[in-house]
Amino acid sequence: MSRFEFTRRDLIKAGAAGLAAPHLLNSQALASKPKAKSVIQIWMWGGPSQIDTFDPKPQAGQDYCGPLDKAIDTNVDGIRINAALPKLAKQADKYSIIRSMTHGTNAHETASYLVQTGRQPTPGIVHPCAGAVVSLFKGRGKGYEKKLPPYIVLTEPQGRFSECGFLGLDYKPFATGGDPAKDPFEVSGIIAKGISEKRQQSRRQLLGRLDTFGKAASNLDIFKLAQNARQEAYDMILGDTKNIFDLSTEKREIRQMYGMNTFGQSCLMARRLAEYGVPYITINYKGWDTHKRHFETMKQKLPELDAGLSTLFADLSDRGLLDSTIVWWGGEFGRGPKVQWQAPWNGGRSHHGKCFSVVVGGGGFQGGKVVGKSDKKAVAVEENPVRPQQLLASMYTLLGIDPSAKMPNNRGLDEIVMPLAKGEGILKEIM
Amino acid sequence: MRLFVFIVLFVSSSFAGLYESGSACLSDSDNPIDRAVLSGLKANGLKPSEKCSDSVFLRRIYLDLTGTTPHLWQARDFLNDKSGDKRRKLVNKLLGSPEYADYWSMKLCDTLRVKAEFPVNLWPNGVQAYYKWVHSSVVNNKPYDKFAEDILLSSGSNFRSPPVNFYRAIQGNEPQTIASAAALTFMGIRLENWPEKTAECITPFFSRLCYKGTKEWKEQIIYNDPAAETNLTASLPFGGREVTIEAGEDPRKPFVSWLISEDNDYFAENMINRVWYWLMGSGIYTELDDRRPQSTPVNPRLMSCLKKEFVSSGWDVAHLIKFIASSQTYQQSSIPDKKPAETLKHFGCYKVRRVEAEVLSDILDKTFGGSSGNYISRIPEPFTFFPAYKTAVSIQDGSITSPFLALFGKPSRDTGFLAERNSEPSAAQSRYLLNSNYINNKISRSWKLKKLVRDNRKNRKRILSGIYLSILSRAPSESETKKALGYYRSSGLNLLNASQDIAWALTNSREFSYKH
Repeated sequence: MSRFEFTRRDLIKAGAAGLAAPHLLNSQALASKPKAKSVIQIWMWGGPSQIDTFDPKPQAGQDYCGPLDKAIDTNVDGIRINAALPKLAKQADKYSIIRSMTHGTNAHETASYLVQTGRQPTPGIVHPCAGAVVSLFKGRGKGYEKKLPPYIVLTEPQGRFSECGFLGLDYKPFATGGDPAKDPFEVSGIIAKGISEKRQQSRRQLLGRLDTFGKAASNLDIFKLAQNARQEAYDMILGDTKNIFDLSTEKREIRQMYGMNTFGQSCLMARRLAEYGVPYITINYKGWDTHKRHFETMKQKLPELDAGLSTLFADLSDRGLLDSTIVWWGGEFGRGPKVQWQAPWNGGRSHHGKCFSVVVGGGGFQGGKVVGKSDKKAVAVEENPVRPQQLLASMYTLLGIDPSAKMPNNRGLDEIVMPLAKGEGILKEIM
Repeated sequence: MRLFVFIVLFVSSSFAGLYESGSACLSDSDNPIDRAVLSGLKANGLKPSEKCSDSVFLRRIYLDLTGTTPHLWQARDFLNDKSGDKRRKLVNKLLGSPEYADYWSMKLCDTLRVKAEFPVNLWPNGVQAYYKWVHSSVVNNKPYDKFAEDILLSSGSNFRSPPVNFYRAIQGNEPQTIASAAALTFMGIRLENWPEKTAECITPFFSRLCYKGTKEWKEQIIYNDPAAETNLTASLPFGGREVTIEAGEDPRKPFVSWLISEDNDYFAENMINRVWYWLMGSGIYTELDDRRPQSTPVNPRLMSCLKKEFVSSGWDVAHLIKFIASSQTYQQSSIPDKKPAETLKHFGCYKVRRVEAEVLSDILDKTFGGSSGNYISRIPEPFTFFPAYKTAVSIQDGSITSPFLALFGKPSRDTGFLAERNSEPSAAQSRYLLNSNYINNKISRSWKLKKLVRDNRKNRKRILSGIYLSILSRAPSESETKKALGYYRSSGLNLLNASQDIAWALTNSREFSYKH
């Protein structure tokens, strides 16, 4: 029997806000010594296939594997991943694979919400996702005083299920927009096309002269706030901060190792942001909702993923940043293990929330380990089911955020960071 | 000596005429609102602000009543009008405009949770029916008591009997949940913050509602349980009388007649409080979504005079708006004399606040041309078509949004709280206005601005006055003209680019994105 065993009743109890006392296994003791400073979340929007990535099942046959039916050894004895990820196979000592993630939900929105907030959607309240929670506890006024926002999404926002929730707009991520694979990387509101630094400066002076009402009513509280906000904005628009986004200063070989595509350059960008000190960075990696033509898409996507993510691990490690940077790879669920060959799918994979894989490394998470086990066809969890809330509570703990801490909010809600049901614990075996 | 003269000129010309009309307002008024507010101010040792200038009033009343700014020619007409009652005439005109109906429907729909999906589940068909119903209630100025009654006593299919969507927008079918939503929406109270007896009183009146699906996709019928076999005894809230509801009767009826009767202050006061908040920026009860047993109004005399007017007008919301907008209190300048926070609390000046996300998006379109479009619902089921010419204010469905609207705090319509709308300034908003491609393109590609410059190549002052009128709804002051003309000379930019920079500066000025 596993210590991760839970009952449905426990889960329901945990979902009902504030009713059940949370059980946190020694997390407070761990929380006092933060190991991680930043999180880089690789959000595989749409849900990546577990079989085609970190939980290969070559023996399950053609109907489960399609053409991606080979596994390869990694640089850690006994761990094999899909042969389509040869570069990641060489970095397996830097990350652990959780092969027994489960929540049982197959709808994108609910599953995204579950994985990123650790909670079932409940009426009338939207919880903040991990990035917002981290910027609440590790952002402004909590030790992070740099000029870039504490929570940055590359490049497109993830939308309403993965954002600030009841914490409010202050905790909403800054979505860069633009494309880091293009030169220049046009970062929304920071780097604009066709407006030189000189013209920025002269516009700013002009604004100072023409903002007549702003000056007339400058003693109003709201204008004091607005003035601070404008100053903060200008700190990013003018000056050195924007150079962080200038990837042309990186060595060409490094850029190429990451891959000269949006995902690869986003990984490089994320490393730079972590190096700068941004507590939470999300790469919103689209295109994994492959109901149709799944294998054609994988043929293009997997090499991109392989290069970007493996270089990120290697680069963070080379720079001594891996110890303080958590890398979290995963989506809202996995994909149906059995390939749907028939029309209209013609070789597609469905949604699969019952059993899927997540990869974590760095920032106090050990590398070279496997947590849990799926059955022979990656349909169901066979050992150690892991719920999203356990992973989140583990991450928070490594960041020095107490999962039982209260989340202050202006709606008077009595919510804590991450309640766990009885029997659920943090992932101590890889921490 | 010369320098001194210059400074005096600068200080005086920067306000007088621009924002204030130079005359006192509350003290010589015999309007009951003004007398109540003035006595409240005096009791607290505060002074009212001056009367606002015509151009401030013009922009303010357009934004408050219609959620948009005047067209350039509308601004010119009003500012050139010399008649004494032009403010009153404008209020009347705006209250009959389609923009008024769109804008006030948006406000009502925020509180009614008009939203297709998550966590509200009206679905697009329900939203369309419900929105249309609310909108036509505003167009026809349905008496507010009738509006509430139509909602609370509604029965039938969500497609054919639109107000039943009120019950479907509540997250849960339990009588207590419904009672909480009814209390919040129509009394501004949260049952969980009241003595338990209040909830116990209201809950039984919603205990016979039934919800039933049909064979039509997403259709649901809501009705009073015809099979109820026992009589129901319940007490009306706040120590009201006991009522017995027979087996076949709809228990909502005695509750609703009590709700809208003069025995119950909360119903009228809640709506008055909201309308006052929407127009003045803060409530007479400061807790808008959470009035408590111990709550007291900032100014009881003011509340009672508004209540008298609202009820005796036959619950006429447009009349209430007109009554407030015609007062000198509403027409005060937003520049407080001293002690801004205290003066604001006691309504001694108009409260400066950022325009709503939807309004900001629309006025950018109106000023520069083009459409921000791009409104999306993440779950297009069924496909929601939103033509580009529609304004953001007229978006029916709370599920439909855009990154712009999210950035500037459009409410999610999850809870019905007014506090869901976020008007706090943020650095991200500043960055967006100062330097996003969207804003830069909006200005550099503006055909309106290009035309203005092209048509007045030889006359920079005319260009300037066109820019000021279309962006800020007023003419530039002398000192502003001087500074802007200086920019034409000093910036080294051509006429169009320099004009674009001036337009950019005004768009980023507080005066553009704040009601004042």
